[in-house]
Amino acid sequence: MTADASTGAVPEAVADGNGIPAHFRRWWESVRAGDVGSLPIIVGLLLIAVFFQTKNENFLTAGNMSNLIVQLAGTTVIAMGVVFVLLLGEIDLSIGFVSGIAGVVVAELQVGGNWTEIPGWAAIIVAVLVCAGIGLTEGSFVAFVGVPSFIVTLAFLLALQGVIQKLIGVTGVIVIQDKTIFNVANYFLSDFWGWVVAAIGIALYAFSTLSGVVSRRRHGIQSDNLVLVALRLAAVIATIVFVVWWLNDKARGFPVVGLIVIVLLVFLTWVAKRTTFGRHVYAVGGNAEAARRAGINVRIIRWWVFGISGAMAGLGGVIFASRLSSVDLNAGSGTILLDAIAAAVIGGTSLFGGRGEVKSALLGALIIASIANGMSLLGYSSATQFIVTGIILLAAVTLDTISRRRLAASGR
Amino acid sequence: MADMPTLVMKGISKSFGSVQALTEVDFEVRSGEVMALVGDNGAGKSTLIKCVAGIHPYDEGEVFFEGEKVSINGPKDAARLGIEVVYQDLALCDNLDVVQNMYLGREAHDVIGRLREPEMEAKTAETMKGLAVTTIRSTRQKVASLSGGQRQSVAVARAVMWNSRLVILDEPTAALGVAQTRQVLELVKRLSQQGLAVVIISHNLHDVFEVANRITVLRLGRSIAVYERDTTTQQEVVHAITAGVATKVAGISQTTDDDPVVAPGEAGA
Repeated sequence: MTADASTGAVPEAVADGNGIPAHFRRWWESVRAGDVGSLPIIVGLLLIAVFFQTKNENFLTAGNMSNLIVQLAGTTVIAMGVVFVLLLGEIDLSIGFVSGIAGVVVAELQVGGNWTEIPGWAAIIVAVLVCAGIGLTEGSFVAFVGVPSFIVTLAFLLALQGVIQKLIGVTGVIVIQDKTIFNVANYFLSDFWGWVVAAIGIALYAFSTLSGVVSRRRHGIQSDNLVLVALRLAAVIATIVFVVWWLNDKARGFPVVGLIVIVLLVFLTWVAKRTTFGRHVYAVGGNAEAARRAGINVRIIRWWVFGISGAMAGLGGVIFASRLSSVDLNAGSGTILLDAIAAAVIGGTSLFGGRGEVKSALLGALIIASIANGMSLLGYSSATQFIVTGIILLAAVTLDTISRRRLAASGR
Repeated sequence: MADMPTLVMKGISKSFGSVQALTEVDFEVRSGEVMALVGDNGAGKSTLIKCVAGIHPYDEGEVFFEGEKVSINGPKDAARLGIEVVYQDLALCDNLDVVQNMYLGREAHDVIGRLREPEMEAKTAETMKGLAVTTIRSTRQKVASLSGGQRQSVAVARAVMWNSRLVILDEPTAALGVAQTRQVLELVKRLSQQGLAVVIISHNLHDVFEVANRITVLRLGRSIAVYERDTTTQQEVVHAITAGVATKVAGISQTTDDDPVVAPGEAGA
C-alpha cells in the first residue's frame, strides 16, 4: 500500500519494505544492535511463571494473580515517577519516605486527631499535593541551584524520616477507618463494572490505534503494516477480555488498584511519548546541551520531573497505607525505595538517562513482586528473596550496560 | 542571483575582559553564495559566528540583515531573522530519532501539548528529499545508529527546515571520512543553489576551494582579506592565514570583489 514512491520521501525506507518479514527483520536487527527493549523481561517473566507453577500449582491461580496485582501496585506507581527521574539521568532517593509522608498525611487527616478531619478523597488529594510540593522543593535545588540530585534527595531521605516520626508521635500507629482510603487497595470491581471498564478500555485502545493509522495515511507517510496493527489490536482485546473474565469468574473481581495502575500507565506513557513535555524530558536526558541550544528550558523540565516523582511517590504511599490499613512509625521505610528504583531499572530504564519507558516500571515491579510472591508460596524466607532480587537487579543493570556499549558500537 | 548581501557586518569588535577577540571585523555573505571563513586557531572565527548567532553580544559595530540594520541580542533574535548555526558537535540527541531531532525544541503540537507526529514526519521526509539526502534509510531511525556524515546531514537539514536565510556551518567536515565529506560538501552546494546564504568555517582548504565562492580570512581578530575562489590559489590563502596581508583598511574588503591589494608594510603584523 505504501509502495508508491511518492509517499515516503526517503526512498530507501520504502524499498526496505513494509511486509511482516521486513518488520521482523528490522526488529531482530535492532535487538542485535543492542536495543533489546522489553525482550529480556518478557522472557524472564515467562521463566518465573513456569518455575513457580511447576513448584506450586497455586502460583498461576486467579486468586494469587489478584493478590500479585495488589502487592505490586504501590511499588509500580512509585517506580513510574522514578522512570521520569532516571530518564533525565538523575536519581531520587527520597521517594520511600515521601510515600511515607503521604501515608501519614492521609491517616492523620481521616482520623482528625491532631488535624482537621476531612473526607477520604480530599485527604488523598492533599497528601499527593503535599508530596508533589516536596518533589518540587527538591527539584528546585537540583534544577536552579545545581546541587547533585543524589545529595539533595539523600538529605530529604534523612529529614523526612524524622518528620514522619515527629508526626506519628507516641501513638505509634494510626488505623485507616475512612472507607474511601481503605477501598483504594481493597476494593474489587463487581462483574458488571469489570465488563464496563473492559469495554471502555477496548474502545479507547481501538480508537487511538485506528486514528493513528488514519492520520499517518492522510499525511502520506508509511504506516505500520495493517495486518500487524490488526493482530496487535486483537491480542490486546483478547488479553483484556480474558483477564476480566478470569478475575470475575475465579477470584473476587478486578481490583480497583489494578485499574489505577493501568490508568496511570497509559496517562504517563502518553505524557512521555506524545507530548512536548515528554519529548523534552528525553532530549534533556539524552543531551542536555543540545536541548538547551534547541531552546528547551532545561531547568524547568528538571524541576517538573522531580514534582512528578514526588506526586507519584505520594500516590504510592496512599496505596501502601490503604493496603496495610494502617500507618505506623515505619511508614516509607524498608524496601520501598530500593524496590521502586530496582523496578524501573530491571524494567529496562537506563540509569544513564535518555532511555526507558513508563511501562518498565510495571514490568520491573512484576518481576520483583512475582519472585517475592512465588518464594513466599514456596516457603522461602525473606532473606532468600532479597538475595534473588539483588542478583536480578545486577543482571538487569549489566544487561543495560552491555546493550549501551553495543548501541554505541553499532553507530557506524 | 548572487548580488544582494544577506548579511553585512561592519566594524565588529568584541573583547572578553582584556582579551581583544575581534577588532573592527568586516564580513558579508550574499544569498546563493558559499562564503568560507578561514583562519588559524584563535583567529576569531568562532567568536564572530557566535556574535551572529546571538550567543555573544558584540561590543561595537553594525549588522545589516537583508539590507536592514538589526541588533541580535540572543539566539531567539537570530532564529527569528532566519539565521541557523550548525555547530561542530552538531547538538543532536543520540537517543532520539531523526524526526525528533529535526523538531527538537520546536515540535509541532496542539493546544494541550500533543505532538503532531505524522505532520513532523512528513515534513522531515520532504526536507530530506529537497536536499536530496538519500543516505538515511528511515526518518524513524535513532541518531545513535547514524554515521558521521548522516548526522551532519540531519543537523544541516534541521538548520534549513525553518525557512532560514543564512546557514552557518562550523567545521562540518572535520570528523568525516572521504566519502562522507563528499556527501556533506554536495549538501552545502545544494543549500547555496536553493538561494540560501551559506557560511562555512573550515581548516581544510581543499574543502573550502571545492565549495566556496568567496573566502574571508581572519587573522588575530581582524578580517584581513576577501578572495574570490576563481582568482586565487590555496597558496595565497595559506599565506594570508599564516603571515597576513597588508591591506587592512576597515570597510574596503566587502566592496572589493577583486583580489585585495597587498601592501607589504603590514605583512606579519
